[in-house]
Amino acid sequence: MFAGAPQYIVSGLTQGAAYGLIGLGFTMIFNTTGIINFAQGEFVMLGGMLSVCLLGAGLPLPLAIVAACLATAVIGGLMERLTIRPLAGAPAVNAVIITIGVSILLRGGAMLAFGKDTVALPAFSGVKPILALGAAIQPQSLWVLAVTLALLAALKLFFSATIQGKAMLACACQKKAASLVGISVARMALLSFAISGLIGATAGAILAPITMTAYDVGMMLGLKGFAACILGGLGNPFGAAAGGLLLGVLESFGAGYVASGYKDAFAFIVLLLLLFVKPSGLFGKAGVERV
Amino acid sequence: MKRPILGQNAAQAVLFFALLLAVPYGLPNEYYLSICILGSLNAVIAVGLNLLMGYAGQVSLGHAAFYGLGAYATAICTTRFGLPIPVGMAAGVTLAAAVAWIVALPTLKLKGNYLAMATLGFGIIVSIVFNEAVDLTGGPSGFVGIPRLALFGHTFESDHGYYNLMAVVLTLVVLLALNLMKSRTGRALRALHVSEKAASSLGVDIAAHKRFVFVLSAALAGLAGVLYAHYLSFIAPASFGFSFSVQLVVMVVLGGMASVWGSVAGAFFLTALPEALREFEDIDILVYGAILVLTIMYLPDGLAGGIKRLSRKLRRTGVDDARS
Repeated sequence: MFAGAPQYIVSGLTQGAAYGLIGLGFTMIFNTTGIINFAQGEFVMLGGMLSVCLLGAGLPLPLAIVAACLATAVIGGLMERLTIRPLAGAPAVNAVIITIGVSILLRGGAMLAFGKDTVALPAFSGVKPILALGAAIQPQSLWVLAVTLALLAALKLFFSATIQGKAMLACACQKKAASLVGISVARMALLSFAISGLIGATAGAILAPITMTAYDVGMMLGLKGFAACILGGLGNPFGAAAGGLLLGVLESFGAGYVASGYKDAFAFIVLLLLLFVKPSGLFGKAGVERV
Repeated sequence: MKRPILGQNAAQAVLFFALLLAVPYGLPNEYYLSICILGSLNAVIAVGLNLLMGYAGQVSLGHAAFYGLGAYATAICTTRFGLPIPVGMAAGVTLAAAVAWIVALPTLKLKGNYLAMATLGFGIIVSIVFNEAVDLTGGPSGFVGIPRLALFGHTFESDHGYYNLMAVVLTLVVLLALNLMKSRTGRALRALHVSEKAASSLGVDIAAHKRFVFVLSAALAGLAGVLYAHYLSFIAPASFGFSFSVQLVVMVVLGGMASVWGSVAGAFFLTALPEALREFEDIDILVYGAILVLTIMYLPDGLAGGIKRLSRKLRRTGVDDARS
């Protein structure tokens, strides 16, 4: 009955790590600005596509990936500065719609700049699978998990040991109080978009050797990352990461045992069920207000 | 008190209807007429979506799914089950409304944009089902052989006839929306948009009102879907995906939230736009994005709000001129 389960777990965790990172990006922006950034998936696409593009331009692989992630962080910051900040005070609906607009622009720009072809990044350290516990593990899967864990650790450190990180937490907690003690809420918003860009792009770059990438992969990845962060409880960064892993495994098992054609639907079925049953998410506090 | 307002709406609607009927005579060929039919179908959905977004302050990112449910329901009823067309149409609208009611039941009790999330997930699931349930829907290659619309023994063979029918439908939908907003329900919706706390302390059942307007807007999308299916006689899942849901939101935002006429204008404009941009093939997606971003940034109340502001400005300068 559970033939192939280890394999599904491995591939689910790999994919799920990426969802988790994307969800993490959603959460960071939501916490500091209260905005759900629908352009998050495009950051992921940019991470993959820019890496491929820079590699093609002659940069060595590690340098290409770092440069792509930094460039995406800058794009994230620019997005906040140019489209989100001027909207301060407008209804939340407007901000959500503008992020949809920016995501369309980024996708369109990527299509013009990189073309419509699906491209792949070479795996970081070969493609010879490692056999363990009845599963064939791609070395790239280990890279994905390792990078995800490293990023989570770095973020944990950022939030608990740096003044900027603490200031960001303060914004998430109470914006007015934060600005009263001298924290620039606007700068924190800028920083959160830049970090989200960085995290999203990293997810895109480490996933690109496994799933390949194209100008239009951002939407589905972004939506699933969003499902991951609802699953983990909107507003809880590490819950989002856990939600992502869970979602990846669920999806992998669903595709393996139920119906592979409906693979993309599982994430959203879970999302709907959760909204029906426990809208605060698995790890969220029961703080969702009812009217 | 009530009569004059309704009278005013009726007068506007009659004017609008006359304008719609006159349009075909100004068009160079039949092809443009089909764009007008699609435009009026989109306008029906946009007016409904605007009731939700502009008046109740909730976003739906899955309205294309209700459009699709209407279209597929009538397609399946009239061809696979051989039911008469009116039955298929009723089934399409009912299905869209019933499904919306189920989606709304838990989500609209929550504060915030949970409806946006639920409709987003729901829309994607529906579009995957359209693609995968090949036995029922024909899968990605589409559903062929839907009968052309026939009502009361009259078959709408020509595009002109169909367009006239759409003019009637759109006018009635616009009238319904205008009157609804002037009614008790409309006032309650506007009140809860401004402040849910204040509205509920005045006895407005917030969840019930939001649910009502969401179901109504889904039913209108279903109606448009039904009419779409019996017009083209061919439907495919690509027409009912997430990107169409986003396009519908753009229509509402561009036209101006909380403006019925704005939504109509936004729908016709954005339906015609790809035709105008055909020469530039791939950049139409960029233009959509740019319109959306620029509208929100510089015209937050859309075309309708912009025109209102412009006319107020002109009037003021007129007054200044008269004074000087």
